[in-house]
Amino acid sequence: MTILARRLAGLLVTLLVVSLLIFTVMDLMPGDSASIMLGTSASPDTSAAMRHQLGLDLPLALRYGHWLAGIVTGDLGQSYTYGVPVAGLIAERLTVTLPLALIAVLLSLAFAIPLGALAASHRGGPFDRLASVVSQIGVAVPAFWMSLLLIMLFSTTLGLMPSGGFPGWDAGFWAAIEALLMPAVALALPQAGVLTRVTRAAVLSTMHEDFIRTARAKGLSARAVLWRHAMPNALIPILTVLGLQATFLVAGAVLVENVFNLPGLGRLAFQALSQRDLIVMQDVVLFFTALVIIINFIVDLAYLAIDPRLRRGI
Amino acid sequence: MIGAAIVGLLTAVALLSLIWTPLSPAKMQIVHKLQPPLSHGLLGTDQFGRDVLSMLMVGSWNSLSIAIGAVAIGGALGSMLGIAAAAIRGPFESLAMRACDVVFAIPPILSAMMLGAFLGQGRVMAIVAIATFMIPVFARVTLASATQAWSRDYVLAARALGNTRLAISLRHVLPNIMDQIIVQASLQLGLAILTEAGLSFLGLGLAPPAPSWGRMLADAQTYLGLAPWLAILPGLCIALAVLGFNMLGDGLRDLFDPRD
Repeated sequence: MTILARRLAGLLVTLLVVSLLIFTVMDLMPGDSASIMLGTSASPDTSAAMRHQLGLDLPLALRYGHWLAGIVTGDLGQSYTYGVPVAGLIAERLTVTLPLALIAVLLSLAFAIPLGALAASHRGGPFDRLASVVSQIGVAVPAFWMSLLLIMLFSTTLGLMPSGGFPGWDAGFWAAIEALLMPAVALALPQAGVLTRVTRAAVLSTMHEDFIRTARAKGLSARAVLWRHAMPNALIPILTVLGLQATFLVAGAVLVENVFNLPGLGRLAFQALSQRDLIVMQDVVLFFTALVIIINFIVDLAYLAIDPRLRRGI
Repeated sequence: MIGAAIVGLLTAVALLSLIWTPLSPAKMQIVHKLQPPLSHGLLGTDQFGRDVLSMLMVGSWNSLSIAIGAVAIGGALGSMLGIAAAAIRGPFESLAMRACDVVFAIPPILSAMMLGAFLGQGRVMAIVAIATFMIPVFARVTLASATQAWSRDYVLAARALGNTRLAISLRHVLPNIMDQIIVQASLQLGLAILTEAGLSFLGLGLAPPAPSWGRMLADAQTYLGLAPWLAILPGLCIALAVLGFNMLGDGLRDLFDPRD
């Protein structure tokens, strides 16, 4: 229990520091919310009244406290371009970004794990060469360029897929999935590149372990050795990298959502920036960052599930 | 060493673009707009009739200079932090690494968006935003290798001779982990080029009319059916540059560490 409690405390401290960092950076920005809302022509009196109304004349620590208290109670403030609570806005945009990221991760895993494992078990063979090409190209091709290429091929030339936009989940499950498919493929490619490489390396290093030799000596087939003995032990590095990739997945989502004109969280961050909707920007950056930190925290906990040896301390 | 060849070619083109391009990359000739490759100029023209080859050449300089600037700053600061953490240990090490976790968790595109709002668009903002993200990466890598170096006999000997931690870090630890820093720098240059392209794709990189690969792709979105080469060529440049630096990094790693 102590390990879990200590890690939870560490998580809370990290989240607190991140929120303070984001708040301070956003606060240092030139032009506060009042002057952005009123424009440059507002009189000093109106400006001051507005600042007072928004609570901007309070000291930094107090404003940070208010923001934090709001987050804890689920009140993330009010967007001034959309005129709605930011919490609702984030929840609404998540219905696009979350499935998009999930499909991308599943696609990349479905591709990378078998390919990486086959490359490791047939070292130097055709699968190994294919894996090496896929991982090099996957990592080098930017997701937003891949998006353009997919649109050019499947939308402009072949007319098979929608080139962008999102019909909403009300339009039916498959229509929504169809709109997310090409963006998810573009987002999955760099992940697949990295994961293929990691899977191959992880499986290769477990192949040298004693228990693999034992499994082989027992007369198990090569396939059983690979999937039942080598793979479960290779999962830890794969999971670690999957967690570390979360930050790139978020960055990719911001770009890909913009190319495909998807009303997701990444596009919201970009729109908030162009419209100077500071509170939305601040909340979305915190949300994304907290998400990355929490994903890595869950990965940490998942180690305990995968590797019973690590549980000893609890 | 295909990687070294690609990087060499890229650097040569980038340097050449400083003194010569086939045409001025900013020169607009509306009458020759959207001409396909080979019909007007080697690689055709864009929607304003600007020469694509010249724009790509200058773009390579812009992309490379930002990436090198970011990796140099992020690499230097991150390595210093990692080496210091390995030398001092204790609470400083855990504090430094926790700080790195925090910075690493903020995706570079988002920190660039925040930084861009007060540093303004341009080269400095792009370099600072990407460098910020590089610091934790280098700090982690150098901490791991420096901690190993501290357990070696030659460091023990140096300590027995009464050298200070600073002197040992500079004279013994740094030279022994330099190869790992160089490998990391090469790999991170690829990532920096990708991030810079992403930033300029979103309009957060260099201000127009300075050509950049990312913005060329963003502009090409409107002409996908009409002028596909505008969407293909800059992406090819980005992918090739990243591939070059990644392969160079892998090659250097094999060179420095033949055991693997």
